[in-house]
Amino acid sequence: MVKSEAASWYRIQEMFRFQSFWMYGIIGTAVISGIAAVFLIKKWRIKDAQGEVILFQNKDGKWTKYVIGGLIFGMGWALAGSCPGPMFVNLGYGYLTILLVIAGALLGTFAYGVIRHRLPH
Amino acid sequence: MMEFIQQPWPWYISGLAITLIMLLLLYNGKSFGFSSNLSTICTLMGAGKASSFFNVDWKKQQWNLLFLAGAIIGGFLSRSFLYSGQPLQLSQATINDLGKLGIPFDGGLNPSFLFNSNFAFSIKGLAILLSAGFLVGFGSRYAGGCTSGHAISGLSNLQLPSLWAVVGFFAGGLFMTHVLFPLIF
Repeated sequence: MVKSEAASWYRIQEMFRFQSFWMYGIIGTAVISGIAAVFLIKKWRIKDAQGEVILFQNKDGKWTKYVIGGLIFGMGWALAGSCPGPMFVNLGYGYLTILLVIAGALLGTFAYGVIRHRLPH
Repeated sequence: MMEFIQQPWPWYISGLAITLIMLLLLYNGKSFGFSSNLSTICTLMGAGKASSFFNVDWKKQQWNLLFLAGAIIGGFLSRSFLYSGQPLQLSQATINDLGKLGIPFDGGLNPSFLFNSNFAFSIKGLAILLSAGFLVGFGSRYAGGCTSGHAISGLSNLQLPSLWAVVGFFAGGLFMTHVLFPLIF
């Protein structure tokens, strides 16, 4: 993530301003190759290390939680310039104050767990 | 050889590496989804007492915590051994836009303007960094995943709910960037 600059607040800004292909290149390559790979795994019933056929779960539910949760996440993603993975990559890289963002993320996760019954799903 | 891998890596290498990671996890009977680590950490910190949501067996998620540790180590190693010393090649348009908001481009991955300890511990800095993290944590749990779980794993499996999530991610990010940033910065 570091070497391809995916763990970069600046690159995320560039992406949300449509001012470079870069991040779309990264995500697009991953999605297209991912779709191809999963298709082949299903077609050839490829097995995992335990000898079991690799199975995929379908995601349940109406669009509500995905869209609303997604919107909230997206706002945080742009402001923080990282999603959960890059937060920790940046920590290792040396941006120690990202611990504040991580602390916020843990609080947000906790808050969801506590109030989720009152939210539309 | 070292100079070669110290240069910034092209985007397609990163994209393929991400898929490779997803495949390696599938091969080991797991799936690629990072944000559940945030939930596991809450469980480890005792959140199960506050909500049944966190009353889970964290040991089943040990592999994912290892992945998190790996991400930290990876960040460290790439800084220590693979650092190119070159500034990030950000597009001039973005540099200009950020400049108008008062955020200078310093050539690094993240703006030291926001992440230096003086700003980070100021009232405004704390408010921004904590709420940014809060939105990511809350949103990813509500949506049941972040970019790895939905954009990568979900879309690879052609899951429509994941497409909804990704649409949400982008709409939220665009709203923050174009509507809220001028108000915040």
